[in-house]
Amino acid sequence: MRIICPICGERDLREFHYEGSSKLIDRPDAGAGLAAFHDYVYIRDNIAGINEELWSHEYGCRGWLLVSRDTNTHEIMSTELARDAKFKRSENET
Amino acid sequence: MQSLKGQRMKLKNLEPTNNSKKIYFTFDDKKYFGYLGDTLASALLRNGVKIIGRSFKYHRPRGVLTAGSEEPNALVSILRNGQINPNIKATEVELYDNLISTSQNRWPSLKFDFLRINDFLSPFLGAGFYYKTFMWPKSFWEKLYEPVIRSAAGLGKLSPVADNSVYEKAFAFCDVLIIGAGPAGLLAAKTAAITGIQVILADEDFVGGGRLNSETFKIDGQECSQWAQNELLKLREMPNVRVMTRTTILGVYDGGTYSALEKVGEYSSEAIDHLPDSIFWRIVSKKTVLCSGSIERPIVFKNNDRPGIMMASAVRTFLNRFGVIPGKKIIVFGNNDDARRTVFDLQSKGVEVIAYVDSRDKVEKIKNTRCFANSVIVNTNGPMTLSAVTIRTGNTITKLKCDCLAISGGWNPSIHLTSHMNNKPIWNETINCFLSRPRAVPNMEVAGSANGVFSTKMAMTSGVFRAREILKELGVKFQNIRVPETENEDYNCEPLWQVDGKGRAWLDFQNDVTVKDLKQSQKENMTSVEHMKRYTTQGMATDQGKNSNVNAIGVMAELTGQTISLTGTTTFRPPFSPVAIGALGAGGDGKRFAPIRKTTSHNFNEERGSPNIEAGLWMRPNWFPKQGELHWRESCDREVNMVRNFVGICDVSTLGKIDVQGPDSAILLDFVYTNKISSLMLGKIRYGLMLREDGHVMDDGTCARIGQQHYIITTTTAAAGQVIRHLEFVLQVLRPDIDAQVISVTEQWAQFAIAGPKARKLVDKICEQEISNAQMPFMSFLEVNVGEVAARLFRISFSGEHAYEISVAASYGDAMMRLLVSEAELLEGGPYGMEALNVLRIEKGFITHAEIDGRATAQDIGMKKMINEGKDCIGQVSSLRPGLVDLEREQLVGIKPINKEDVILAGAHVYPVDKNPKRINDQGHITSVCYSPTLNTSIALALIKNGHKRHGETLKMVDHLRNSEILVELTSPIFFDSTGSRVRG
Repeated sequence: MRIICPICGERDLREFHYEGSSKLIDRPDAGAGLAAFHDYVYIRDNIAGINEELWSHEYGCRGWLLVSRDTNTHEIMSTELARDAKFKRSENET
Repeated sequence: MQSLKGQRMKLKNLEPTNNSKKIYFTFDDKKYFGYLGDTLASALLRNGVKIIGRSFKYHRPRGVLTAGSEEPNALVSILRNGQINPNIKATEVELYDNLISTSQNRWPSLKFDFLRINDFLSPFLGAGFYYKTFMWPKSFWEKLYEPVIRSAAGLGKLSPVADNSVYEKAFAFCDVLIIGAGPAGLLAAKTAAITGIQVILADEDFVGGGRLNSETFKIDGQECSQWAQNELLKLREMPNVRVMTRTTILGVYDGGTYSALEKVGEYSSEAIDHLPDSIFWRIVSKKTVLCSGSIERPIVFKNNDRPGIMMASAVRTFLNRFGVIPGKKIIVFGNNDDARRTVFDLQSKGVEVIAYVDSRDKVEKIKNTRCFANSVIVNTNGPMTLSAVTIRTGNTITKLKCDCLAISGGWNPSIHLTSHMNNKPIWNETINCFLSRPRAVPNMEVAGSANGVFSTKMAMTSGVFRAREILKELGVKFQNIRVPETENEDYNCEPLWQVDGKGRAWLDFQNDVTVKDLKQSQKENMTSVEHMKRYTTQGMATDQGKNSNVNAIGVMAELTGQTISLTGTTTFRPPFSPVAIGALGAGGDGKRFAPIRKTTSHNFNEERGSPNIEAGLWMRPNWFPKQGELHWRESCDREVNMVRNFVGICDVSTLGKIDVQGPDSAILLDFVYTNKISSLMLGKIRYGLMLREDGHVMDDGTCARIGQQHYIITTTTAAAGQVIRHLEFVLQVLRPDIDAQVISVTEQWAQFAIAGPKARKLVDKICEQEISNAQMPFMSFLEVNVGEVAARLFRISFSGEHAYEISVAASYGDAMMRLLVSEAELLEGGPYGMEALNVLRIEKGFITHAEIDGRATAQDIGMKKMINEGKDCIGQVSSLRPGLVDLEREQLVGIKPINKEDVILAGAHVYPVDKNPKRINDQGHITSVCYSPTLNTSIALALIKNGHKRHGETLKMVDHLRNSEILVELTSPIFFDSTGSRVRG
């Protein structure tokens, strides 16, 4: 598998660390309560299709990436810096 | 067997012309000759050697069947560099001078094999035999049946010594990868290459050209083999083209990644000392054209596995490429016009073709050869090598003597690689073969006979066409290419899978699978092709059934009355050809598998005779033996006493050090630590605890504020990688609004603990600055100078003693270690190792990852108060989950033996005294143990149910593995100096 790191360009899978669903970006507020954190920490959709995931370019620039990947074909649809994605989400909220 | 003399004379005019250097090799200790450019198979045939090995199960004699990588029979062992390499295909081995080879799977010799008896027992050894026969008694399987079967069946034996081949790994990138350098591949490569883009052309053979080396027709008036070499030469001269011969593409992976094995020195006539035996390549291509050609399929009939029976295409290869005639009296049997071509090629070289047998109705006569139309071969005779065949025409039977039978059942496109990404091929009724679905592999086109285009001219046209398709997608402007004039005929194949009749007819030569086995499996309701495969082992040998699977599917379809389309096919998986595990792991063998990390004091430790202990990748000194000390405990106890009474030096550089800078550093640290860091004053240090988001403890360490917006935090050695990744995750994913930067500086700073009552005296002496308790109290930081070297001084302690850690740039580490030890020795102190460090921290109840094992919470280890509820931090909410605050959870306690002499064992479990030591009564387990020279007894830390409230209780420790049962007392985890007066003093 090849992932295009927005900073380093296209790189081999083995340079990356896979973390999990992009749901991790949307951490609940401290006051959201136990149920919200339970959902955040443990509950994941089991997607056959396009999945949004967090990867880290651990053996490269160490950038955290938001990767959109088809779990059926392993095709990578898009990648962007998680930082940028988070800022966009924050803007949408406000 | 033919007389060697006669054979050699006859071959005189047929020696390879371009490479006529005579070389010598041995097979089963007998010396033979060959020529540079031969394969081991062609050289053996040149010498009249027909029996190469014995078959897997029935030990039947076997010879060369093919001339390529699909070879199922001619497997040999090759002795090279003092090592036996088994199951090497003689058809692929490039002959080199003094090559040493042996046959396999025979005892005592190739000509007389004792286990041939299996062949006569074959009525009992069919499919499913092992499953059914060796079921009872169960215990016999492991001790009796399996070892016997394993020694009887099988092919080559593994070398008893470690693989000493030199494997290398390499990476390549290209715009277009062309797999196969036959007619289609050469034209596809040319089409791509003249546009100037980066092209890799890979071919498994040591000579590119594919079938063009084996045929005799002309291309643009030239011999086709010569034309191919000219084209290859032109391609090699282009700077944007890399021609890789001896390179097998093994597998296809996501994103245009291909694995390939290039044989460099291995089985090559060109081995060079400093070059590796083989290179494992990872090739990344934007687009690929698969021009892998096709494999001729045999026809299945009774006794079709005798040495002397060969694929017609292989006969042409041996004849036209190597100048080897595989027999004196040859019969050709086929169902297509390529079979006829074989007759003409042989006749043109003056070889007698006794008969031509064709299963088709209409067959044109051939001069000087008896032609049998509408005929099949129904049996062959041996006893060892082929001596005669029986031909059936209608009801007429003709028996003819011969020593070589060339068979041709049509061509199977080599579409293996197109299946590697889960797409199964589809059956084409018109040309009777499996073809790849379009784009079965993304960005890959299939051209030439691999795509069912069998004439040379059309294969070349297909190569150009498919290359253009991908150039379009790459947005590259292509130029017109003229397809040369050459052979352009349909080979007119009429399918024939098997000739019906009694007796064993072989499908899979390598695994000894016959039509009878398929019938048996069908009778037993193995109706899926996948079940049939596993029940009969059809196609499961090292050749993956390259020349037998399609026949097996054809036969299965006939048995079930289904179409081939409905019968389906099994899946081809990587690797295309067997590959040494060592090649796959190239670059990761021996010490390269896990590199060693050495501290800056490593040389000093070695000089002091300290044995190393691995801590992750780090090597750390375990203890420092003194003269006269015979047991490690003597050294360890002395070092503990030395720290408690004087001063000890320990390299603690392996602990993770992370530099945190930026205006929002304190916000970051408040968010990742449970406790408040933002209130930390400049020059002060705080102990910190980090949780995972699920509420369990991740790691602990110290945090020093060394500047207004500058902190140094430490992690445990084990969690250094995890913590920096976590911090980066927080900064980039959760809180990019926090303006702070983190970077690991573990390797940049060498850090040493100076611990013991005389620590201050030592530090005060070596530092330019005055170090007093008032100026530098416990948990404070100071920038100091040691001579002219800048250093960071932290007053922290992992021993419970008055202690410092001093940190210098790593380049000064060795000097600093030597300085500290020599100063310590003036104060009756010295260096201490990991064993003493462990005793010192257990005596004080300090935790490591033996305690915070991923399941422990802050409450479990008695640090609930460290979670500041007034602020949000990672894991804070989850740490309050009901299951994590349950008071019945296992909590950190100290453990002492009731009888002072008893020894506590790490990993042992603890039970109530009056209860059975069973899981249901388990109270928890021992996490860390040591002998405490301070308390003169064995002590331990443990995680025990509701342990905080059970200090003083007596329980029993039971270790079922080491047969130990002792009574123990639960205590506070702090065994020594519970008020902490020493650390502050």
